[in-house]
Amino acid sequence: MLKRTPLFAAHQRAGGKLIEFGGWEMPVQYSTITDEHLCVRRAAGIFDISHMGEVIVRGPAAEAFLNATLTNDVRKLVVGLGQYTLMCNEQGGVIDDLYAYRLGTEEYLLIINASRIEPDVAWLEQRLAAFPRQAELTLANLSDHSAAVAVQGPKTPGLLDLLFPEASTGGTLVAKPSELKKNQIAQFNFAGQVVCVARTGYSGEDGFEVITPATLIEAVWDATLKLGHQFCLQPCGLGARDTLRTEACYPLYGHELDEATTPIEAGVGFFVALDKGEFVGRSVLAEQKAGGTKKKLVAFKMTDKAPPPRPHYPIWAGGSVVGEVVSGTQSPSLNNGIGMGYVPPQLAEVGGKLEIEIRGRRFAAEIVKKPIYKRAA
Amino acid sequence: MSTQVPADLKYAKSHEWLRVAGDVGTVGITDHAQHELTDVVFVELPAVGRKVKAGEACAVVESVKTASDIYAPVSGEVIEVNKPVSDDPALVNSAPFAGGWFFKLKLADAAEAGALLTPDAYKAQIGG
Repeated sequence: MLKRTPLFAAHQRAGGKLIEFGGWEMPVQYSTITDEHLCVRRAAGIFDISHMGEVIVRGPAAEAFLNATLTNDVRKLVVGLGQYTLMCNEQGGVIDDLYAYRLGTEEYLLIINASRIEPDVAWLEQRLAAFPRQAELTLANLSDHSAAVAVQGPKTPGLLDLLFPEASTGGTLVAKPSELKKNQIAQFNFAGQVVCVARTGYSGEDGFEVITPATLIEAVWDATLKLGHQFCLQPCGLGARDTLRTEACYPLYGHELDEATTPIEAGVGFFVALDKGEFVGRSVLAEQKAGGTKKKLVAFKMTDKAPPPRPHYPIWAGGSVVGEVVSGTQSPSLNNGIGMGYVPPQLAEVGGKLEIEIRGRRFAAEIVKKPIYKRAA
Repeated sequence: MSTQVPADLKYAKSHEWLRVAGDVGTVGITDHAQHELTDVVFVELPAVGRKVKAGEACAVVESVKTASDIYAPVSGEVIEVNKPVSDDPALVNSAPFAGGWFFKLKLADAAEAGALLTPDAYKAQIGG
């Protein structure tokens, strides 16, 4: 039986085409992927991300525990700020990539991938059992009781100000959501209840994520669609979410990241704070940062007319297979095939020529700078 | 949503249509199929001269989301392919029964077309 989010009925009402995604029944699109993608680039879109997991870490030792478990340095977070971070195994392989928000002086919210909730929680519990100060913190998996939407696109600041017209009551203190800066989080009142609003996203556009109790999300969804009408907001599915993040070169767990791939190989070493002290995977990551890796993630564009690249297509260079595509699609913004894949580091230079094998034929591609698409400043 | 199923065509269960004129059959994909695929971004056509058997995968249509095989509804030799659809794959979405055709076959056996679905039978299959 596939799991459903609290927005399942709302997706059916909106005409969403539902597919299986990591054990969840989720909308892949409502109109078309290209239409929804371009709507987010030009105006605004709303995505159901209720399948993602939420874990609260609370207590005097929460900071020390997270810093020993995650790669980024949570000590950089003031109350009301979040950061992208990763959770690695002892070999430096990625268990998950996630966002950690500091909600209070001793309280953190982790937003984790839907497909990784079980392994993440098991790993966190195992780590906690071995943590010397285990009595000084608690872990709570709120994934079944929480829900969330991502509201993404250049028009979203004005929309969020209409949705949450009062000043924030916790986190970063602001008069309205549009005053939040990137990665800031705040609590706002909605229909007499508290919701969390963070200025972040996975689309490469400006945007927000709104996290609520499961029972409240449908009211937030409906209100966003209603108020969003004047901003040309559309409901958007996982299809557009994937093409948007691929253009922005954001990794997706199971594609760019897995337990046999390190953050250094995946090009997200910026979020590994080697100078903060010991944490799981540190020795391997330090060695790779200094001495290099065996593979490196690159972004590429097809340079000739070609079918769209897809995950698992072989990558060729100099007459032999050198790697594999991990994400690929036809870019709706560029109307060109784009993708990411792993190649040996000596072949990972921007401008380097690759070939992508598609149904037995090879098509020319060129390594490009990440991100493939960047919004105008 | 009103899905078109023209009355003068024959249909394959795998959502191709066939228009027969003499011993030549034109092949494309149905309106229902293009609705399901959405956003066709690439069409790969068979080589002219290729001999195909009924049910053989001989072309590929790609949407943003996925690649799908197109099957020859009947056996024959490919005698012409629709170059414009290869240059402008969106024709498959905008005109699936006209400018969005894929290829023409010289039919190997005229009787094969009789085994395909009638418009009514195809409508029943897609729940129209």
